[in-house]
Amino acid sequence: MNAPVITARGLTKRYGTATAVDAVDLDVAKGEIFGLLGPNGAGKTTTILMMLGLTEVTGGSIEVLGHDPVRDPLAVKRRVGYLPDQVGFYDNLTAEDNLAYSARLMGIAARDCGARIDEALARVRLSDVARKKVRTFSRGMRQRLGLAEIVMKRAEIAILDEPTSGLDPQATSEFLEMIEGLKRAGVSVLLSSHMLDQVQRVCDRVALFQRGRIVLVGPVAELARQVLGAGFVVEVEADAATDLDARFGAIPGVTSVKRVGGDRYRLTADRDVRPEAARAVVAANGALRRLSVDDPSLETIYSRFFQQQKSPGEGARDAA
Amino acid sequence: MRREGSPWQGVGTVFVKELSDHVSSIRMLILELLTFIIGGIVVYVAIDNIRATTAEDPFVLLKLFTSSQSTVVSLLGILTFLIPLMAIALGFDAINGEHNRRTMSRILSQPIYRDALLIGKFLAGLATLGICLVCLWLLVVGLGILLLGIPPSPEEVARSLVFLVITLAYAGTWLAFAIFLSIVTRSAATAVLTALGVWLFMTLLWPMIAPLIAVQIAPPDPRYALLGLQTPETVEWLQMLRRISPNFVFAEAATTLLSPDSRAIGAVYIDQLQGAIIGSPLPLSESLAIVWPQAVALIGGVFVLFVGGYVVFQRQEVRA
Repeated sequence: MNAPVITARGLTKRYGTATAVDAVDLDVAKGEIFGLLGPNGAGKTTTILMMLGLTEVTGGSIEVLGHDPVRDPLAVKRRVGYLPDQVGFYDNLTAEDNLAYSARLMGIAARDCGARIDEALARVRLSDVARKKVRTFSRGMRQRLGLAEIVMKRAEIAILDEPTSGLDPQATSEFLEMIEGLKRAGVSVLLSSHMLDQVQRVCDRVALFQRGRIVLVGPVAELARQVLGAGFVVEVEADAATDLDARFGAIPGVTSVKRVGGDRYRLTADRDVRPEAARAVVAANGALRRLSVDDPSLETIYSRFFQQQKSPGEGARDAA
Repeated sequence: MRREGSPWQGVGTVFVKELSDHVSSIRMLILELLTFIIGGIVVYVAIDNIRATTAEDPFVLLKLFTSSQSTVVSLLGILTFLIPLMAIALGFDAINGEHNRRTMSRILSQPIYRDALLIGKFLAGLATLGICLVCLWLLVVGLGILLLGIPPSPEEVARSLVFLVITLAYAGTWLAFAIFLSIVTRSAATAVLTALGVWLFMTLLWPMIAPLIAVQIAPPDPRYALLGLQTPETVEWLQMLRRISPNFVFAEAATTLLSPDSRAIGAVYIDQLQGAIIGSPLPLSESLAIVWPQAVALIGGVFVLFVGGYVVFQRQEVRA
């Protein structure tokens, strides 16, 4: 892992007696896409606001690019771009004018403004609506305009809060591409979301938030091993005269066989056991209709994890 | 713990943007038209009036501001009434508008402190009001010169300029109040209704209620009543109570400045008039000495309301 650009230690935020963020430890490495996951109200946005010095820190410490956002928020905000949840713009101004206002607030020299705005709008493919009022923009276009602001800022870290919520699938995938584009340009990205499949698509590492705490951190594959307990889940759909359970169970590496519905089996194994499973079906004189391996999906991890939380004892080992 | 960086960074940018918003906004256009139409009519009537009744007066120009007829109130009266409306119109959605447009967190994630946003918005509102007032002042003076054919004396110009400054302080008080409301309420409609409610109270109700309270606190002495005089205590109480309304304070200051022969504010005792030549004008410096407390009160009001809003705004959560 590269040197961290964001470091939080014991970061805590209390509102009165309610604890929104509870002793969070977090490291975001340079150049990675880091996802904050969790249900609404789990403390993701509050954590982000503390990183930007937009809300006071109750306890613990945080450092962004070597600056303390509590004491020196301007230095942090000069180098970090932020796209808030449901970003808003001045409807009566054009896209260009909105960016021009931000550019002046950023302290970009007037003679560079035009070029940097054009470049940023081109990057998010909004060049042809640059002179249209933002009033006419769709949700996806506003979101892209928010990203253009970060591009224009030449931010070293982009913090995106629920960037794809409320976007249609096409707009979402376009937007995720743009986020990957940021990464290619060397920007570290921190994004929060509850859209798991999207996070899984772009994030190098994720942190799972629950009631103000980070309960799991790591790359998706690693989390899968921790929570689901195995690397591969192979699904087989086949019918055969004889019972297939025993044959599947005999394959080396398979840890469990479960029959899910009439002729569908789910094998959990520590490696890809598809060839052996196919052979087993054929050997049993069965008809193989489907054979697939599941990539561990974040959604599965997520729901499994929270299920385990609800039924303690079973999940405690994995969560640790 | 001290924060680093200048709170002034970005003030100019916010100022310019807000000023251009105000100047080009429809609500400002309506108010300007209203002011100029009413102002024009009132001054025209005043000129007619002066022509008909005044044989010789060293302060004809100042009379333009204060001359009233049975059917038409003076320009001063109109200003006392209209300026709060203009100030409220400019300030009621200053901060909650940013929240409602969801631009607040995006703007504050730029390298500026909240101070810059608030100060910039306040100064822009004040500048807009200033521009309006200066235009109106020029209109009045210009019409006066054109229609009466008498050039203003230096003292008249000086007095009316001081009047302009005090008017601006009066406008600033209401602007600071409107911005304060825009900070403490989350909906612009609530802010504008509250502001208009307070304005109605100060303009219409308080002048009616204040005498009732004054009579309760200091009942009139029948001996004075027999002589057909008002009881001094009652009058003093009445005056103090009425001064709770900034409208009254402004009217007091403006009348003294614009009528050089008024030598005291409120009740005048016989012994104060000893040696005075009734009807002879006071020099500007003496008039200034008389209105000094009123001027300080208005400017103080601006600061108290602004600081109140500032403190609340600094502690407010960015998130809606």
